[in-house]
Amino acid sequence: MRYVAPSTLEEASAFLLEANGTGRVLAGGTDLLVQLRAGVTTPGIIVDVKHIEELMTIQDEDGGFRVGAAVCGQELGEHPGVTTAWPGVVEAVELIGSTQVQGRATAGGNLCNASPAADSVPAMIAAGATVAVYGPNGRRELAVEDVPARPGKTNLEPGELITSIKLPARPAGSGDAYLRMTPRTEMDIAIVGLGVALTMDASGTVSAARVGLGAVAPTALHVADADAALIGSKLDDEALERAAEACRQACNPINDKRGTVEYRTKIAGVLMKRAAKIAAERAGS
Amino acid sequence: MGNQSYKWVGTRQPRPDGADKVTGRARFGADFDMPGQLVGKVLRSPHAHANIRSIDTSKAKALRGVKAVITAADLPDMPDEMAPAGEVMVNLRDVTRNVMAREKALYDGHAVAAVAATSEAIAREALDLIEVDYEVLPHVIDVDGAVAADAPILHDHLRTDGDENAADTPTNVAKRIEFLKGDLDAGWAEAEVVVEGSFTTKPVHQGYIEPHAAVASATEDGQVQLWCSTQGQFNVRGYCAKLLDMQTSQIRVTPSEIGGGFGGKTVVYLEPLAIKLSQMAGKPVKLVMSREEVFRGSGPTSAGSMDVKLGATKDGRIVAADFTVRMQAGAFPGSPVGPACMCSFACYDIANVKVVGFDVVSNRPKVAAYRAPGSPVAAWGIESAINMLAEELGMDQIDLRLKNAAREGTKTHYGPTFKDIGMIATLEAAKNSPHYQTPLKASQGRGVAVGFWFNIGMDSSAACHIGEDGTVTLISGSPDIGGSRASLALMAAEELGIDYHKIRPIVADTASIGFNFLTGGSRVTFATGMAVVQAVRDAIDEMRARAAKLWEVDVEAVIWEDGCAKPAGSNVGDFDPMTLAEIAASAGKTGGPINGHAQLNAQGAGPGFGAQIYDVSVDADTGHTTVERCTVVQDVGTAIHPDYVEGQLQGGVVQGIGWALNEEYIYNDKGQLENTGFLDYRMPVASDLPMIEPIIVEVPNPSHPYGVRGVGEVPIVPPMAAIGNAIAEATGVRMTDLPMSPPKLSAALDAAKVRDAADD
Repeated sequence: MRYVAPSTLEEASAFLLEANGTGRVLAGGTDLLVQLRAGVTTPGIIVDVKHIEELMTIQDEDGGFRVGAAVCGQELGEHPGVTTAWPGVVEAVELIGSTQVQGRATAGGNLCNASPAADSVPAMIAAGATVAVYGPNGRRELAVEDVPARPGKTNLEPGELITSIKLPARPAGSGDAYLRMTPRTEMDIAIVGLGVALTMDASGTVSAARVGLGAVAPTALHVADADAALIGSKLDDEALERAAEACRQACNPINDKRGTVEYRTKIAGVLMKRAAKIAAERAGS
Repeated sequence: MGNQSYKWVGTRQPRPDGADKVTGRARFGADFDMPGQLVGKVLRSPHAHANIRSIDTSKAKALRGVKAVITAADLPDMPDEMAPAGEVMVNLRDVTRNVMAREKALYDGHAVAAVAATSEAIAREALDLIEVDYEVLPHVIDVDGAVAADAPILHDHLRTDGDENAADTPTNVAKRIEFLKGDLDAGWAEAEVVVEGSFTTKPVHQGYIEPHAAVASATEDGQVQLWCSTQGQFNVRGYCAKLLDMQTSQIRVTPSEIGGGFGGKTVVYLEPLAIKLSQMAGKPVKLVMSREEVFRGSGPTSAGSMDVKLGATKDGRIVAADFTVRMQAGAFPGSPVGPACMCSFACYDIANVKVVGFDVVSNRPKVAAYRAPGSPVAAWGIESAINMLAEELGMDQIDLRLKNAAREGTKTHYGPTFKDIGMIATLEAAKNSPHYQTPLKASQGRGVAVGFWFNIGMDSSAACHIGEDGTVTLISGSPDIGGSRASLALMAAEELGIDYHKIRPIVADTASIGFNFLTGGSRVTFATGMAVVQAVRDAIDEMRARAAKLWEVDVEAVIWEDGCAKPAGSNVGDFDPMTLAEIAASAGKTGGPINGHAQLNAQGAGPGFGAQIYDVSVDADTGHTTVERCTVVQDVGTAIHPDYVEGQLQGGVVQGIGWALNEEYIYNDKGQLENTGFLDYRMPVASDLPMIEPIIVEVPNPSHPYGVRGVGEVPIVPPMAAIGNAIAEATGVRMTDLPMSPPKLSAALDAAKVRDAADD
């Protein structure tokens, strides 16, 4: 097992390509180190990306933000611009691990670990976030929801790595929120995670909406039917119930140690309604 | 509430082991290392139930760096012989099979072989090279499944002990016990209101933060030194001597600091394996469990499935009580079914009682003790039923309990008659507490339950060494889990009349102090405390004798007061008091070193009673329960060190809240444990808990010089039922199966809605 800490994307990509599938990217390491200790993974090479400037900075871009893929949760949570524009994304990222873990854990790592229960992913999907990818064939952009392929696997090609996450500009009258259900208040993994981003006009009618849903299918989902149920409504009970039903319909979960199919499906609807109300409140403020 | 006549007892002093623990200097089990030490690893069965046809270790033994490989064939087989282990009795035939599977693997995680190698990587590789030929058998996990007629049988030789009607065919029911008091039929005839219900609990792990660890060093002359994390170094010595056919005096066991035990470190797992590997390798061997191994391979507490029926008159007098409990023992007989049955109705004075218990084996790790083993299981069913009765009668839940509370002169259903107990004082303190006197907040529910534990005595030894500068070394053999060093030193300071800080209490190894039974059963401050007081008094007698010698008077004419030898009266002579330090300084001229010793079997353990109050709110959409407020009331006899008494009360409550709301083992259809870590085995974290308000009740135990009863067990008895009672009040839904986790409570709430809709 080799450890390398390149300072350029070219080198990082070359190391990963050369490893022929046995390379792992080390950002915060809060998943990777646990997997190493548990013997779940034995990479040929570990590529520490924290020495690549582009991955470690948050920049304003087109009224939105470009967040380096290796920026830790603590730093994101202290960024005034991001916390004002995307409180739902920030609260989701801040749920990755304990306070101590927040000093290391990154949204980029949370996405690339490809756990269906990753907290930041439904919130980023709801935000309409995209990621910048660097690889042997240059750069490309991907929607967040297109990054995970299945549990533990991404759609990144050999030698590719995510460099940053683009959070778009927030139109006036917008708000977002993320809620998750865990039996414990902390130190737990989502049974269901749900992010919603709304834009509302002066009359309180929803003009734009996106819903991201996690832990209920092999990958986190963008629930377009829930978007449609919310758009044009004033978040009345009927619209919320239609959105909740869309979320329940989108569920394709497994029974496992963390939750049953029945419970996950029910909770998806509960969180839809609750998160929409929080997002609407933030949109109005 | 402490007795004001004491100078040290009842005060909150810094604990002697505190600085080491907060600075990280304290040495826990895995912190011991020996020169040339090898790394040991255990191979564990992936099957819940399988015959072991053969084990081929030849490839592992041939691996460079492997110094020893053992299987059950390297350990002597044991006869059926019962020996005490913590608060339960165990069979050595079974213990040797639990530490290393012999004919059969009986649970996922059951040890089947162990290796010692020069590195961890080599040890792991060696485990992969061991070939075990398993014949996989059908398995059974839960107790109700294990008693079914078509259940897979774990042990072909097992018959139901204590059941005359049992057929002479193999069974998973190892034992039936029964307790009868009064005339149950007459009780039912008198009863005007009857409630009944069936309840289940899940096995829960003690969840000690420190995994099991042991370092053994065997020498060519047959001596063994062992360092390990244990609640009882003498019990480890006894077990290892028997399991390895050695003399106890050949084995010297040093207990490390202990990162929790709660009953789970009263048995042996790694210790005999480490010794055997060291004997075979000729080098020290260290074995440390991973968290996964702790969950798969060490004993949780027993689970129970039970039926309760209560009958009462309309004025709330309980006249008939019937309780049957099936206790899951794990892979070998020996659940705490006895204590479960005895504790069941111990809080109450009921004329007609029948209690029946069954000890049932299934394909899970052999259970180990866990705080008040058996009592919380019984209390879950019985204390739930008591509230069902209160609802039927329209009585306040504390008033119903007060009306039926055990008191002085109550003859228990299991035999003894209570004297000097604090059940009523405890219930009254609960009723008068600020918590119970505060109106319940809207949409919340309030639940109460009570609990009982015997508290135990058993064997203890202690020594008190007076140093030449007037400071004191206090030696016991009781591992300090809950602050016992501080409590023992406080009692010694009180006796000696010197500053607590001049006393250094230590926990000695098995060669440096006489026998001490393990730390458990809430016995140390009681029993070892008694030994300490006697040892100190022995030293005091010697100091009086030295003063008498210098003064040339009879020893009877010298008293000990305020840390000094003094003449008993003016007729003795005009002598200035001699301080302990002065007597110590002159000891060389008056007869040599001054030490006190004591050894005893402590009699007169005082029963402990507790009551707890919980306010909860339930999220009707998610089924998530939040404990909003909690008060824990307990008669502890005397609180020697109130901080650690309160810590015990709060700790028991925390573990009870986990047991009530989330903790459970999740097995897949192959009988393999899926949640082998703290992420998915959901013990509460700090943010899940309210401030837990302790109320200490002190009804002194007359058998102890300072009135000690014991603290640690009772607080885990009431939480599950009290929380269930609170949930019932908050939601109208009575939960009968633990844990009352969000998915289960949510489903129950939804089912109730459907029922209510049908009723309308």
